[in-house]
Amino acid sequence: MKIQIDKARCIAAGQCVLQAPKVFDQDEEDGIVILLNDNPTEDLWESTRMAARLCPSEAITIIED
Amino acid sequence: MRSETQERFYPMDRGNPFNPPEDYAELRDKAPLSRVRLWDGTHPYLATRFADIKVVLSHPRFSCEPNREGFPHVLEGRMVADKADRSFLRLDPPEHDRLRRMVTKEFTVRKVEQLRPRIQETVDRLIESYTSLPQGADFVEHFSGPLPTEIITYLLGVPFEDHEFFHRATRIQFGSKSSQAEVRQSLDELFAYLDALIDAKEKNPGDDVISRLVAEQLVPGHVDRETLINIVRLLLSAGHQTTQNMTALGVLTLLQHPDQLALIKQDPTLIPNAVEELLRYSSVLHMGARRVALEDIDVNGHIIREGEGVICSIPAANRDGELFPDPDRLDVTRPQARSHVAFGYGVHQCVGQVLARAELQVVYGTLFNRLPDLRLAVPFEQLRFRHDMFVYGVHELPLKW
Repeated sequence: MKIQIDKARCIAAGQCVLQAPKVFDQDEEDGIVILLNDNPTEDLWESTRMAARLCPSEAITIIED
Repeated sequence: MRSETQERFYPMDRGNPFNPPEDYAELRDKAPLSRVRLWDGTHPYLATRFADIKVVLSHPRFSCEPNREGFPHVLEGRMVADKADRSFLRLDPPEHDRLRRMVTKEFTVRKVEQLRPRIQETVDRLIESYTSLPQGADFVEHFSGPLPTEIITYLLGVPFEDHEFFHRATRIQFGSKSSQAEVRQSLDELFAYLDALIDAKEKNPGDDVISRLVAEQLVPGHVDRETLINIVRLLLSAGHQTTQNMTALGVLTLLQHPDQLALIKQDPTLIPNAVEELLRYSSVLHMGARRVALEDIDVNGHIIREGEGVICSIPAANRDGELFPDPDRLDVTRPQARSHVAFGYGVHQCVGQVLARAELQVVYGTLFNRLPDLRLAVPFEQLRFRHDMFVYGVHELPLKW
């Protein structure tokens, strides 16, 4: 699994950090998404997919291998 | 082609106070984008299907700006407030994004987690003071109202002692019976109050959101004063009235579903999911997320023409059986609960949602263990629900413990 984020689309709702805190974080300056891990291990896939599904601005793209 | 059924007046009445209006299920089934008639004689669409609502709310060519021709004004008084609103809630990108990013750092997951001990202390203290009152005291006045007000006033740097003034302003500005003149006067008073507060923060800055907005945005000229007043007004009103109503309605919902309440008492790890399910089930933003089309837009096969308005019903979306099987059942273990759109969807999704979740989690995780005999003090039928307000809930909630 590969993850791409679009910081320009991000509106800092925080949903991704609530779902997958090991994969996503928020910038302290503006709350915008920070990708901690663009190639997460399998145990994080489900929560990462949920983060992408719940993102209200569709700023997370998942590329399944 | 989807057929149009007979045009209904909006907002519609509810039968069961816990459920959306009964017509929604039929509309969702037969005419998920159907015309409704509003108080001003306009005929926008009402969207009742989850999939359609997600398209509308995430489409860049659906505008949320109330001064555009065709924007649906669901309440007369609200129209005045919406048209005067210069906050990012009522602006499209890119200006929306620029202004929203001035406040998003204040509501991150990390910031809210740092606040959690303070929320817990506030909940503990309010339980003490509430239960020192006579049995049957109003939970809304003495608990669910003060809690989010204390938290948001602390964060913003607004004097808590002034809460009666801005609670009253919120009641007028979000009430269905308020006249345009009443709303205009209330807005003037609130704007004057916030203007003076911003003055005070310029002279005497504190460790609070308004002081930071003044120093980092107003003084360097990134935002003008009127817009800043509007942003503060948005944070203050959204920060107390939504959480207040969700807190009280959620408590009532759990009391009326003792099997579900028993589950969260036995297993506190269910609390976060229970909060999502209660948000889905209650959908206190019951008068719609509203948009107007800036061009002809295809919404899952239904063309909305340029200049036509759409009311996206959040309660209808959150009870859509396509996504939530057996949607009218409260199930705190529901796996899809967090897919709800109770905070809206798209770029306008609630900026304070992480804070709201934390407050609700602390309340439901504390209240029922501390007060195991908590129960209604009046017959259910005597409760007055907020059919008449932009944000749904109960007007009063007398409880015994």
